Amino acid sequence: MLRYTIKRLLQLIPTLLAVSMIIFFSIRLIPGDPISLMYGLSEAGGVDPAFIEQMREQYGLNDPLITQYFRYMGNIIFHGDLGTSIVTKKPIMDELMNRYQYTIVLALGGTLFGSIIGIAVGIISAVFHNKAADNFLMAFSMIAVSMPSFFLGMILMLVFSLNLGLLPSVGMKGVKYAILPVATLGLYAVGLIARTTRSSMLDVVNQDYIRTARSRGVSKTKIYLSHAFRNALIPILTAIGLRFGILLVGSSIVETVFTIPGLGRFMIDGISHRDYPVIQSTMLVFATTFVLVNTLVDLLYGFVDPRVKYD
Amino acid sequence: MKTIFRRFCKRKASVLGLIVLILFVLVALVGPSLCRQDPMAINAGQIHKPPSAQHWFGTDYLGRDTLTRLVYGARISLALSVSAVLSGSLIGVLLGVCAGYFGKRVDAIISRVIDILLAFPNLLLAMLVVAILGQGLFNTAMAIAISSVPSVARMVRGVVISLRSSQYISASRVMGESNTRIIFTHIIPNSVSQIIVNTTLNLGTAILSASSLSFLGLGVQPPNPEWGQMLSLARTALRLNPSEALFPGIAITLVVMSFSLVGDGLRDALDPKLKNVS
Repeated sequence: MLRYTIKRLLQLIPTLLAVSMIIFFSIRLIPGDPISLMYGLSEAGGVDPAFIEQMREQYGLNDPLITQYFRYMGNIIFHGDLGTSIVTKKPIMDELMNRYQYTIVLALGGTLFGSIIGIAVGIISAVFHNKAADNFLMAFSMIAVSMPSFFLGMILMLVFSLNLGLLPSVGMKGVKYAILPVATLGLYAVGLIARTTRSSMLDVVNQDYIRTARSRGVSKTKIYLSHAFRNALIPILTAIGLRFGILLVGSSIVETVFTIPGLGRFMIDGISHRDYPVIQSTMLVFATTFVLVNTLVDLLYGFVDPRVKYD
Repeated sequence: MKTIFRRFCKRKASVLGLIVLILFVLVALVGPSLCRQDPMAINAGQIHKPPSAQHWFGTDYLGRDTLTRLVYGARISLALSVSAVLSGSLIGVLLGVCAGYFGKRVDAIISRVIDILLAFPNLLLAMLVVAILGQGLFNTAMAIAISSVPSVARMVRGVVISLRSSQYISASRVMGESNTRIIFTHIIPNSVSQIIVNTTLNLGTAILSASSLSFLGLGVQPPNPEWGQMLSLARTALRLNPSEALFPGIAITLVVMSFSLVGDGLRDALDPKLKNVS
């Protein structure tokens, strides 16, 4: 187990380096001169070219790209410095620290909510395979997967805060504020997790060892919950890991619907304003979080299924 | 062909999905010419009106007719996602076939690149492309096409690897057939059913991604009537006129769901060997 863990952790290094390079070099493809953008100058405007040249030198934009990349990464790793926003002129790190918590609460909360309900729905569907309950729950999952989260969020907002007045619809100032956004993200995850759980359970239930257990008189409930579920867990974990990535980026949509000052919104505003240091840093944080969570899921495989270790 | 259709018809939900899709395609094709109103026509006297005899689906913040905009939006959404998914699939299939068929170095390089791109959540990759290219209809399609490439390539690579070791491919090679010929006469025809199923399922995802990008203001720009963008405008008047959000929301949900249902049905119909538990 230890060897497997160390191996997976070491694999993180090249992946994260590659991800950061893709982001860094793609952002450099954005047309327009960052200094002109920074000072709100149009390219054709009568600005002293010497001033722009001086600023380019100061920000190190005249160095080769690869030097710029290593300087950027060095600043992140050794100084925790992600650069300065072109629009607000403030350090990105401070802003990020304030906003990251909201996004993580949304993504983790949504994943947890989606997993609990999704697994329950999936197991019930598998137990009542092809009966009315199964058909109903699968239709529900189908709708949940197909509904865009901004539409679902607006419906929940309309019903629970605008009409019933039960929950706040704007901002993020406490647990009550988190319920609707987390439910919006979570319901989106329910669909896929429920479908994966159901088909994975049905696969397992048709195996010989389950029939053996049945013939030895083990009750159906016990078989489903202890024998089958444990063996069906790997595809379910994969689905949950993948959903987490979708919810992480999807948080930007929910943050827009419920006006939450999270990281996703920061990234979207960055893209709209061509604030390239912000785009670069927020994307790096999103991709890194996704990679780390997927590694964690991979490590969980080893605990769930002892066979994984010997690969 | 007949058996495929019969097997497809066994799943009632998939048939229903197909009917809904056909309806939406018809709306996108002929709808705009049947509309009496202009989707961009501003009417200051009819702002945020609920459904009425004159405006069946109500009006938006500029008094524009929601039904008309929805009909024109069908054209944008369907054309955008179909063209994006088809071009993305084409590139993905080519990469996947090359990686799976040639193996060794080619596979190593392509697979590494795919693995790294898969480290990005799909929507994030699309956003990165939008960040570079800028917003707009064409760039949204590009973003969705590019973001769909890695998963298609990986799926096709897997299929091709399982085909490559089969005896009839070895036989063709022994008989001296060229690689190009083997790829186009054996490999691609034998993986086509999985490609079709995957493409259909991707179409639904593409509609979701495109409308999400437009909702966030990163996709199709106003005044074009795109469904996601219509919802984004409706958000500010949610209490005043919920129908403004309801109709485009239902349209997106229906189309996305129909693509999934048709995709599931096609999987059962085209590839009975595939495990079918649903």
